[in-house]
Amino acid sequence: MSTVTTPVSTPHDEPARRTRRVPYWLLLPGILWLLVFFVAPLVYQASTSVQTGSLEDGFRVTWHFATYWDALSEYYPQFLRSVAYGATATALCLLLGYPLAYLIAFRAGRWRNLLMVLVIAPFFTSFLIRTLAWKTILSDGGPVVSALGSLHVLGLTDALGVTEGHRVLATPLAVVCGLTYNFLPFMILPLYTSLERIDGRLHEAAGDLYARPLTVFRKVTFPLSMPGVVAGTLLTFIPATGDYINAELLGSTDQKMIGNVIQSQFLRVLDYPTAAALSFILMAAILTMVTVYIRKSGTEDVV
Amino acid sequence: MGRRHGPYRITRGRMSLLSALISPEPPGSRPMTATATTRGSGTDVRLTGISKTYGAFTAVHPLDLSVPAGSFFALLGASGCGKTTTLRMIAGLEDPTTGTVELAGKNVTALPPYKRPVNTVFQSYALFPHLDIYENVAFGLRRRGVKSVKKQVEEMLELVQLGDLARRRPQQLSGGQQQRVAVARALINHPDVLLLDEPLGALDLKLRRQMQLELKRIQTEVGITFIHVTHDQEEAMTMADTVAVMNAGRVEQLGAPADLYETPRTTFVANFLGTSNLITADVLGTAGDDILLRAGDTKLTLPATRSTAPARTGEKLLVGIRPEKITLTHADDAGTIADGRNRVTGRIAQSSFTGVSTQYLVDSSVATGLSVYAQNVERDGRLVPGAEVVLHWNPGHSFGLDAAQNVEAGTDVEAEGAG
Amino acid sequence: MNPLTRAARLLRRNLVVIAGLGTLGFLLLPNVIVTVFSFNKPNGRYNYEWQRFSTDAWTNPCGVADLCGSLSLSLRIALWATVGSTVLGTMIAFALARYRFRARSTVSTLIFLPMAMPEVVMAASLATLFLNMGVSFGFWTVLIAHITFCLSFVVTAVKARVMSMDPRLEQAAQDLYATPLQTFRKVTLPIAAPGIAAGALLSFALSFDDFIITNFNSGSTVTFPMYVWGSAQRGTPVQINVIGTAMFAIAVLCVLVAQLAGRRRKRS
Repeated sequence: MSTVTTPVSTPHDEPARRTRRVPYWLLLPGILWLLVFFVAPLVYQASTSVQTGSLEDGFRVTWHFATYWDALSEYYPQFLRSVAYGATATALCLLLGYPLAYLIAFRAGRWRNLLMVLVIAPFFTSFLIRTLAWKTILSDGGPVVSALGSLHVLGLTDALGVTEGHRVLATPLAVVCGLTYNFLPFMILPLYTSLERIDGRLHEAAGDLYARPLTVFRKVTFPLSMPGVVAGTLLTFIPATGDYINAELLGSTDQKMIGNVIQSQFLRVLDYPTAAALSFILMAAILTMVTVYIRKSGTEDVV
Repeated sequence: MGRRHGPYRITRGRMSLLSALISPEPPGSRPMTATATTRGSGTDVRLTGISKTYGAFTAVHPLDLSVPAGSFFALLGASGCGKTTTLRMIAGLEDPTTGTVELAGKNVTALPPYKRPVNTVFQSYALFPHLDIYENVAFGLRRRGVKSVKKQVEEMLELVQLGDLARRRPQQLSGGQQQRVAVARALINHPDVLLLDEPLGALDLKLRRQMQLELKRIQTEVGITFIHVTHDQEEAMTMADTVAVMNAGRVEQLGAPADLYETPRTTFVANFLGTSNLITADVLGTAGDDILLRAGDTKLTLPATRSTAPARTGEKLLVGIRPEKITLTHADDAGTIADGRNRVTGRIAQSSFTGVSTQYLVDSSVATGLSVYAQNVERDGRLVPGAEVVLHWNPGHSFGLDAAQNVEAGTDVEAEGAG
Repeated sequence: MNPLTRAARLLRRNLVVIAGLGTLGFLLLPNVIVTVFSFNKPNGRYNYEWQRFSTDAWTNPCGVADLCGSLSLSLRIALWATVGSTVLGTMIAFALARYRFRARSTVSTLIFLPMAMPEVVMAASLATLFLNMGVSFGFWTVLIAHITFCLSFVVTAVKARVMSMDPRLEQAAQDLYATPLQTFRKVTLPIAAPGIAAGALLSFALSFDDFIITNFNSGSTVTFPMYVWGSAQRGTPVQINVIGTAMFAIAVLCVLVAQLAGRRRKRS
C-alpha cells in the first residue's frame, strides 16, 4: 500500500506567494512613518551639524567638522556632569528599587496588586508637577533640610561638594535626587518582572543545599534577576543622562547638564549646528556605553 | 441515560446518544463542506505522492497512503518522523511540496483548511482561551453560519458530561475535561474525517487508557474515519484498525496491529513496536519450507514464509523473536524440551519481577542480552542470575529480516513530543 | 528570649520590607505634597510654602487663564497619538511576531533605536526637520512627534503578546471553518487585545505627560506639561496641584474598580 512515487508538482504556490507579501504590507505604513519622522530628521541633523552660517544669511553645508570639536571643548563639563549624574541616579535607583521590587515579588502576598498600583499611580500626576513638589520638600529651612542639618548630614555632603552650606536646592544633591525620583519606576518595573518569574522553590532548593539567606540572594536571586537589572539600568540611565528638567527646576547654573545646553542652543541661542553636534555626540556616547554594557552583561536579548 | 449503575452503563448510554447525534444524517446545515456525505459513514482519504520539504530538510518523503472510509487509522512514530506533518497536510494546515490529498475521491489539495470537511483535535487541544467552553464548541457551527446553535451545543456538552461547565473558561478545566471539549468542538461539525494529533499526550496514564477506550467506542459507533497521530505504540495498537509506522519521513510498514507485531518487515518496526531479540545468523541452506541457519555454534530454523528477506546460502539474515515467545528452561531439564524447537543455551544475567511476568536478560553465545518474558504461572526457583538455561521457541513464532539493516534501529528513539 | 534581641531579629528578618516601604514612601511623598498644597492659599505667585487651608482652587479649577485649555489640548493630542501609534505599531508588531522576512533584524533595530536614544536628541532632530521643511510648529508637529516616539513602545508591548500566543489557536480556528478574516477577528485580535490595550495605555500616558519632545516641537502651542513648565517661571497656580491630585485619584480609582470587577467575575 505504501509505495514511493515520483513527485507531482501541484499548482498551489500562488497563495503562498501572497502570504509572503503580507508582512511587507503590514510594515509599510509604520516603517514609512519612522523613515520620514525618525531617520530623515537624524540625517537632517547630521547635515546641520556640519553647516555654518547665521540665522539672517541662512545655513549652508560647509563640512565644518570643527563644530564638534568646539562644542566638545566648550561643553565637556556638562557632558561629564550628565554622565556622572545619570550614573549616580541609576545606581541609587537600583539600590532603592531592588528592595521594593523584591518586596512586591516575594513578600507582599495579597498586597501585591495594591503595591503595584502605588508604584505606577504617581505616573498619572504630571511629572513636572511632582518635580516641582521636590522644590517644596527640599526648600531652604524646610523640615527635611533642618532635619538633615541637625543630623550633621549636610556638613558631610557639603564636605563632599554635593551640597552648599544650609541649602539642598540648587545643588548636585537636589538634581540627583530629582533624577532618581523621576526614573525610579522605570527601574522597579523591569526588576519586578524578572523577579516575579523566579520560582520560589529555587530559594528553598538553595536553602536546602546549605546556602544562607544572603548567599541565596547572591548566588540565585540576583543572577536570575539580571535581565531586569540590565533593562532597568538602561531605562534609567538613558533618559536620566539626557534629561534637563531636573537640572532646570531643582539645580542652578552650576548643575546644568548637556540636555540644558542642547535645549538652550536650539530654542534660545538658535545655534542649530552646535545643538545638532551636541545631540550627535550625546547619542553616540550613549549608544556606545549601552552597547558595551549590554555586551558585558551578556544579556543581548533585553529588547 | 442510565442512572448510576456504575460508570460503564453511563458511558454506554452516552455513546448511543452520541451516535444518534452524529450519524448518519447531520441535523445542521453544512454549506461549506466540499463533499456531500450521503453515506454517512466517513470518507476515504487518499494521499498520492505527498511530500513536504523545508529548505534542505525533508519532513515527509513522497508517500502514498490510502485510508478506507470509516476506519480508525493510526500514524505511529517517534518525534520528528513526519507523522504530524502528514496529518497537517490532510487538514490543510500545511501545503504539501508535492502530491495530492483526496477526500472521497475529490482532490482537496488546493483547498484551505476552512473549506475542508475535516476537523482536528489538536495536540494540547488549542482551546480558545478568550472564549468559554460553550463558545469553543459552538465556534465551528457559527463560522458556517448555523443560526441556532444552542440545542446542538448543549446536547454535545451533555454528551461529554460538561454541561454544567459551559460557562467556564478552558484554563479552569482539568486536562481530561479540556480534552473532551476539544473532541466535542471537532465532532459537533460532523466532519467526514476526524484528525487527532497526539490527543491523549497530555493526560496521565490512567485517564489516557480510559480516553483510548472512549475514543475507540465513539469511532465504532459513529463510523467517521479517524486518523490518529501518536508516538505511543500501545495506544496505536489498542485503538487503530490499521497502523502506519513512520520513521524519518517514510512509512516503514503499514498493516493491522497484530500483523505489524507478529511480522515486522524492518528492524525499526521490530524494535519500535514492543521489544525484539534480533540474532544475526548465517544462511546454511534450505530444507523444504524452512531456512537453515547458524548463529555461533547454534543451529536455527525459520519458515521461509516468515522471512521478508531472500535467503541466499552463505549470506546473513536477522532472526527475530519476541521475548514472550521464548520459553526458559533450566539447563538440567534440557531433555524435556520438545523436538522441532529452536534452542539457544545461555546464562541468566539479570532478572526483574514485574508482577504479571518476570523479565530476564540472558547472555548466550549467539547474542548478549537476549530478553525473555516469562508469565508468573509456575515460577522455577532455580531461574536466578547466574543459572545456566536453555531458551527455546517455536520457529513459526520467529521472523526473518534483511541483515543489511541497523540492528539497533528504533530501540532508543525518544518516545515523546510531537512528530 | 530577651525582647531586645527579639526586636532585632524581627528587624533583620523584615529588613527588605522596611527598605521597600521606605522606597515606596520616597515615591509617594511628592504626591502627598501635591495633594496637601492643592488646599493651600499662597501669599505670592508661587505655591511652594504652606500658608493656610483653602478649597478655593478645588471649587474653581479652571480659574487660571489657559490652564484648562492646555489640559484639553493635551488630552486631544494624547488621544490621537494613541490611535495613530497603536494602529501603526500593532501592524509592525504582527509582522515582526508572525512572519520571517529578509529585513527583519533591520526593522527590529529601527524600532529599538528611538527607545535607546535620549529624548532630547529625537526632539532636536525632529525639530530640525520641521525647520528645514518650513513646517509651522503647532498641534500637528506635536502630534507627529508623539506618534513617532510612542510607536516603539506599542510595538514592544503588542509583539510580546503576539509572540506568546500559541499559533495552533489560529490553525484551530481555520480548521473550524473560519476564513482568514474571521480567524483574525474572532481569535487573533481578541487574544492580542490585552497587549494592544497595554500599548495604547502606555502611549496615552507617555504622550499626555511628555515635555521634552513637545518643548522642541510645539512652537507657541501650550500643552499641559508646557503650561506647568511655564508656570515654574511665572508663578505656580494652586490649580495645577488640583489637577495633579485629581488625575492621581482618578487613576487609582479606575485601577481599584477594574480590580474589583475582575475579582467579582472570577468568583462568579
